[in-house]
Amino acid sequence: MTVKYNADKRIPHPAKWAVLYRSSTPFWDGVKEKKLMLQRCKQCGTWLNPPRPMCPKCHSTESEWVASSGKGKIYSWVTYNEAPDPAFKTPYAVVLIELEEGPRLVSNLADITPEDIRIGMPVEVTFEDVAEDLTLPKFKKAG
Amino acid sequence: MLQEYVDRKYRRDNKPPVEANLIKNRTAIVGIGQTSYTKNSGRDELDLACEAIRNAVDDAGLKISDIDGFDTFILDRLALPMLVNALGIPDVAFSGEVSGGGGAGCAVAMHAAAAVVTGQANYVCVYRSLNEASGHRYGRGDDFIEYMPVALTPNYAYTWPLGFVTPLGWAGVWGKRWMYEFGITREQIGWWPVVLREYAQNNPDAMFYGRPMTHQDYMESPMIVDPLKLHDCCVNTDGAAAYIVTTVERARDLRQKPAIILAASQSCPIEQEIQTVYQRPIISGLVETWYVGQELYRVGECGPDDIDVAQLYDPYSIGGIIQLEELGFCERGEGGKFIEGGDNIRIDGKIPCNTAGGLLSEAYLHGYNLVIEGVRQIRGTSYNQVKDVELSLVTAGPGVQSSGIILRG
Amino acid sequence: MAKKSIKDKTNRAKSGAKSRKTGHSMAKNSIKNKTAIVGIGVVNFSKNIGRSEWYTASQCIKLAADDAGVNIYDIDGMVKNIDDGPDPSYVQKGLGIDNLTYHSESHWGTSAMMNAVQAIASGAANYCVYYQPAHRASGPEKSISDYRVARETRDDSLDLIRYDFFSPFGLIGQTGYVGMTYQRYMYEFGVKPEQIGWIPVVESESAARNPNAIFFDKPITIKDYLNSRMVVNPMREYDVAPKVDGAIAIIITTTERARDLKHKPVIISSCAFGMAPEGQFHTSYTRDSITELPEMKNMARELFRIAGVSPKDIKAAMLDDTFIPYVPMQLEALGFCGRGEGAAFCEGGDRIRPGGELPINTDGGSFGQGKLDMTRIVEAVRQIRGTSTNQIDNADMILVASGAGGPADGLILRG
Repeated sequence: MTVKYNADKRIPHPAKWAVLYRSSTPFWDGVKEKKLMLQRCKQCGTWLNPPRPMCPKCHSTESEWVASSGKGKIYSWVTYNEAPDPAFKTPYAVVLIELEEGPRLVSNLADITPEDIRIGMPVEVTFEDVAEDLTLPKFKKAG
Repeated sequence: MLQEYVDRKYRRDNKPPVEANLIKNRTAIVGIGQTSYTKNSGRDELDLACEAIRNAVDDAGLKISDIDGFDTFILDRLALPMLVNALGIPDVAFSGEVSGGGGAGCAVAMHAAAAVVTGQANYVCVYRSLNEASGHRYGRGDDFIEYMPVALTPNYAYTWPLGFVTPLGWAGVWGKRWMYEFGITREQIGWWPVVLREYAQNNPDAMFYGRPMTHQDYMESPMIVDPLKLHDCCVNTDGAAAYIVTTVERARDLRQKPAIILAASQSCPIEQEIQTVYQRPIISGLVETWYVGQELYRVGECGPDDIDVAQLYDPYSIGGIIQLEELGFCERGEGGKFIEGGDNIRIDGKIPCNTAGGLLSEAYLHGYNLVIEGVRQIRGTSYNQVKDVELSLVTAGPGVQSSGIILRG
Repeated sequence: MAKKSIKDKTNRAKSGAKSRKTGHSMAKNSIKNKTAIVGIGVVNFSKNIGRSEWYTASQCIKLAADDAGVNIYDIDGMVKNIDDGPDPSYVQKGLGIDNLTYHSESHWGTSAMMNAVQAIASGAANYCVYYQPAHRASGPEKSISDYRVARETRDDSLDLIRYDFFSPFGLIGQTGYVGMTYQRYMYEFGVKPEQIGWIPVVESESAARNPNAIFFDKPITIKDYLNSRMVVNPMREYDVAPKVDGAIAIIITTTERARDLKHKPVIISSCAFGMAPEGQFHTSYTRDSITELPEMKNMARELFRIAGVSPKDIKAAMLDDTFIPYVPMQLEALGFCGRGEGAAFCEGGDRIRPGGELPINTDGGSFGQGKLDMTRIVEAVRQIRGTSTNQIDNADMILVASGAGGPADGLILRG
């Protein structure tokens, strides 16, 4: 695990802005079941990422949630040397993953130290219970 | 302070000349759209906005991708990029927001018109989406302050510690003063909500459709904050509404008869607070509405007698009735007498008001539903269509910096 | 009878509008050269100004009115950024203005400028003031990127859904957001910090000559840049503009009226705004390419079209340097150099210094003065008036760009 947390600080949870944005709920429900769910337009197949109520290509409001293979590549990354939030112990890396289906997700790496990160490195999803009430999708070396 | 208002003499010498007003007669509302109005939408505000905008675009005979500008309230909680991403709009050439809560109701149309008439955008979408009934309620005191931008709060320091925390209470103070100064009775005030409820009975989209109310029902309804009874207060609504503004030239090629903007105005008079406008020489009137009206009449080169139908922003009955006075539909202090029996504001009356049910009986969509009804009256498609409408007036929230438009065919 | 005659009047207006067949093309671009900036007011910057934003808002508007030779009571329009300072109704109270006939707000960069221009050009107001009091150094933390602050203050005017997908992984704060883009930019084009670092170096040189730029008494070297703290790899301390307390106001009126005022008018030749698909504030990670600024590109296309000029006509550019890596990307998006060439353009600093091919941020920029977006407009005005502390020759056409990494806006000002 390359991100270390301060045990007494709460890791920022996905916001439950129930009224404002219900759209991301299926993603987090999927994570709880160790599935990486992505929203896709039912009519034209466009990925809706981040989630949204209407397809920007065909303006259909019919969408479906499908499981990703969880395979992808590192597209970009940063390393925090100064903690922006007390929950995180520095240094730690944040990566932008390009999934093989196309959508990109922000995540952390499970088994790769910041020094070894390379853009284009193949990775696959793994699920980590980081707190009693929070599971996060993270990525590890593919293979 | 506010000598113009006290003397009822509007200064024209310090205003841009009427000929310099590019909005006048050159812009129009060409498409209107709304979602259903409910108590619990069960949907995102983003979702509601997309539906209303699509309806407005369809109504106009446009494509979503034709939209290249947006205007809304600063109160609107949607992030514009998210909306643009959902709608798939390739480029946005104009974006604006207006402060002052419901007072921005017509200012957003005015700014959209200014954008299209100066060539900065082609089709500006004016939208508002709110889960006001199931989500955050503006009229509630407990979390009101959290939702207000920090910079708006200095006056709250004087009112909050006293338990004086809701718009209803703040407005009650100037409402009471108005009743006191002019001997207005509760019976008289009651005719405003009663007539609006009658209109709502013909409007299947209205929140109070199928739920009529008599004057006696009104009198027997509970007092929320003296002098305001339950039925003096607007109806909390989940929903969204949108409309499209473009130039008159472009409007001619579109599906609907354009509702041309004859005049649009905004006013923020001094000592403007959120409903607590207590430092002015006169608090029993609505200074901002008077200014809005005077500017509309100046630019439109018309007067109250020329207006055929009015949609007056009425978060509570008194707000609607005092506007009748300030806009010149009756004399100052005569509002109570004017609406007694309700005939003057009924469909064949002197000035039919809030013909879709207004904020009290149709929906509290921050005045967007009033603009939409104003447009319908021009098109001739209202559920309570007034005959031979040439000029249709719409105003925005009283007690805050306000705005208004006059539409024509 | 009276009623009839007035309706005739409106009908005449209607038929007039109808007969104006060419009205559309006339209305198009009608802001070009129609309005001008006539006054600027800057309250001296500091790390702790010791006053409220309400106070400094009133102060900078008074300075701007005095600078313009405009009576405060003649101001009838106000625009501002939503995040900065009190609402017009409060500012108006302090200034004693009886009635405003136009006010508007904006989220993005300096795009409220567009509202001001439209207010004047459409005849809704005579004198519109755009004010920005921002006490970001001493004031309450209002960083829109801070997840916890956003939740606690319910800063729901912004896009919260992204916090769902970023914050749990520790991607918090704009520096990190931009770092992700910068990392990829370096990878795709072989860009090196040794190139980008010349931007803060040159800006600190200009800042050292500008008394209102309080952060640099003497210029930094490229070595200082490279040795500066690595905050979020690849973002260094000197890749981010510092926070400052300050207040700025400008006054806009018609070009016609401007000619009777104190200064030579600074004419607004063009004013534009731009957005693009799949945009998120600093985090447009789902686009095919994340290393360009399509909002800025869209804005620039419109900006140059309205002004009828091209990038080679621009004598100096005031760019958004809140985050230094966005500067080369802006040079590319605005058409000052080719794609991927922005960093090489800045290398060595000679092209971007006063006197160079395209001087940028000749006041020291946000890097030298602290982040207050309106500094860019003020410096452009000063260049055209000939009163900059780093005055360039023939400063007759200056470009201002704001909102890098999000909805973008820009101005072309001329003498």
